[in-house]
Amino acid sequence: MNLAQDAAVQPVAHAALSAQQPQQQGLQQQPVVELKDVHKSFGINQVLKGVSFAIPKGQVVAIIGKSGSGKSTALRCIDRLEIIDSGTINVCGHAVHDPAIDLRQLRQDVGIVFQSYNLFPHLTVEQNVTLAPKAVKNLPAAKAREIAARTLQQVGLADKAQAYPEQLSGGQQQRVAIARSLAMEPQVMLFDEVTSALDPQLTGEVLRVIEALAQGGMTMVLVTHEMEFAARVADTIIYMHEGKVWETGPGAMLKNPQTAELRDFLSHGL
Amino acid sequence: MIDGGLNSYHLQYLLFGALWTIGLSLIAFVGGGLAGGVIALCRVSPIKAVRWATIAWIQIIQGTPLLVVLFLCYFGLSIAGLELPAIVAASIAMIVYVSAYLGEIWRGCIESVPRTQWEAAECLALSRTQRMRLVVLPQAVRIATPPTVGFMVQIVKNTSLASIVGFIELVRAGQLINNSIFQPFTVYLLIAIVYFAMCYPLSVWSRKLEQRQQFGNRGPATVPVTTA
Repeated sequence: MNLAQDAAVQPVAHAALSAQQPQQQGLQQQPVVELKDVHKSFGINQVLKGVSFAIPKGQVVAIIGKSGSGKSTALRCIDRLEIIDSGTINVCGHAVHDPAIDLRQLRQDVGIVFQSYNLFPHLTVEQNVTLAPKAVKNLPAAKAREIAARTLQQVGLADKAQAYPEQLSGGQQQRVAIARSLAMEPQVMLFDEVTSALDPQLTGEVLRVIEALAQGGMTMVLVTHEMEFAARVADTIIYMHEGKVWETGPGAMLKNPQTAELRDFLSHGL
Repeated sequence: MIDGGLNSYHLQYLLFGALWTIGLSLIAFVGGGLAGGVIALCRVSPIKAVRWATIAWIQIIQGTPLLVVLFLCYFGLSIAGLELPAIVAASIAMIVYVSAYLGEIWRGCIESVPRTQWEAAECLALSRTQRMRLVVLPQAVRIATPPTVGFMVQIVKNTSLASIVGFIELVRAGQLINNSIFQPFTVYLLIAIVYFAMCYPLSVWSRKLEQRQQFGNRGPATVPVTTA
């Protein structure tokens, strides 16, 4: 519904997203994340040139594309880590484009995991996970530890609660970062190239955690270079090219690209 | 005393002076540290006016000799009708001086905590104060320890300027002794040795802390992580 607006650049809107429209209206369900005609520049560099997409509850969307295509910027705009120049972004009922937005409310609904983990090095794994539930939600320590135990279990690191981040491998640190986000019980999770800094053998353990989350019904947006993973886990794939949503569709789209740019990207990227 | 040599009374008097050197250093460090902490926080404040006022303070103090600040506190304030004892004037001058330097050192430490740490804390919905208190400051304190201990050496040495307004610390005590026995080389060599004995352990400690830091950031948080 949002994707075909920019007719001048011939993006290919696949049935997947458009098909959800009647369904959504029927259920009266708002998309969890909705971008409309989002523009963003850094100086003279136009990074997003009218990006629109919507993500219904429980869906997993993977954003792929070359570096510089604007995919990470689009993701960061969803959490208002970048402030957009024009367009609208609605996330879980928050108008992200509105300067008067309550950022702390938005961030309680949105979890984000970064490429560089960004764990707090002075805190143990458990303290990393319990910090926000205690400070933001004012949960008592015991309750916060319970949540930490559960989320660490979820990422397979229950035995590392007392370790410090630097004692863990990259893959383990990234899984702690996921647990830390999950502990805030967000409505939607954003993953910004979370395996790009990892050795191939450590990538798998992180991807398995994300896949399990997807199966659990978490609404997620992944910016990723893992094509095979994206094809398997994502309900919808968005291919971004030069700041626009260029092509979108289900995982199978990667086997049958419609545009020359995606074909080119896939042949170089895989 | 009659024979004009250095005797045990002199040594006692030097010891008395050394204690005041330590005392003034402690006053300067504690007072200047408290003020410096406030200055460091103001220096990274989101409010522009606060930042600029702090930068002005730091620049003015760092661009002025400590001796002049000391004269301002002692002679300047007395002309303005506020006659302060030497210890008070010296303390104020030292606190002013230390606050500007420690404030700037600590500002650097706060800013050397990576931006991504702020960002991660922000994305977990922590407020600005919580981000500072729970995430940034504990890491900044660890970064700040070696340069802070190193700066204590400067504090100890600079308390000697207080001798000029008549405050009896190590140097002033030495001057008084020298006036009576006139053995400047012996007296000032002795004073140099006492200063060195106070400062060298601090330098060594600072260097050790720095080395330890290079082996990573592990260890319990220096600021309590619990929030109520």
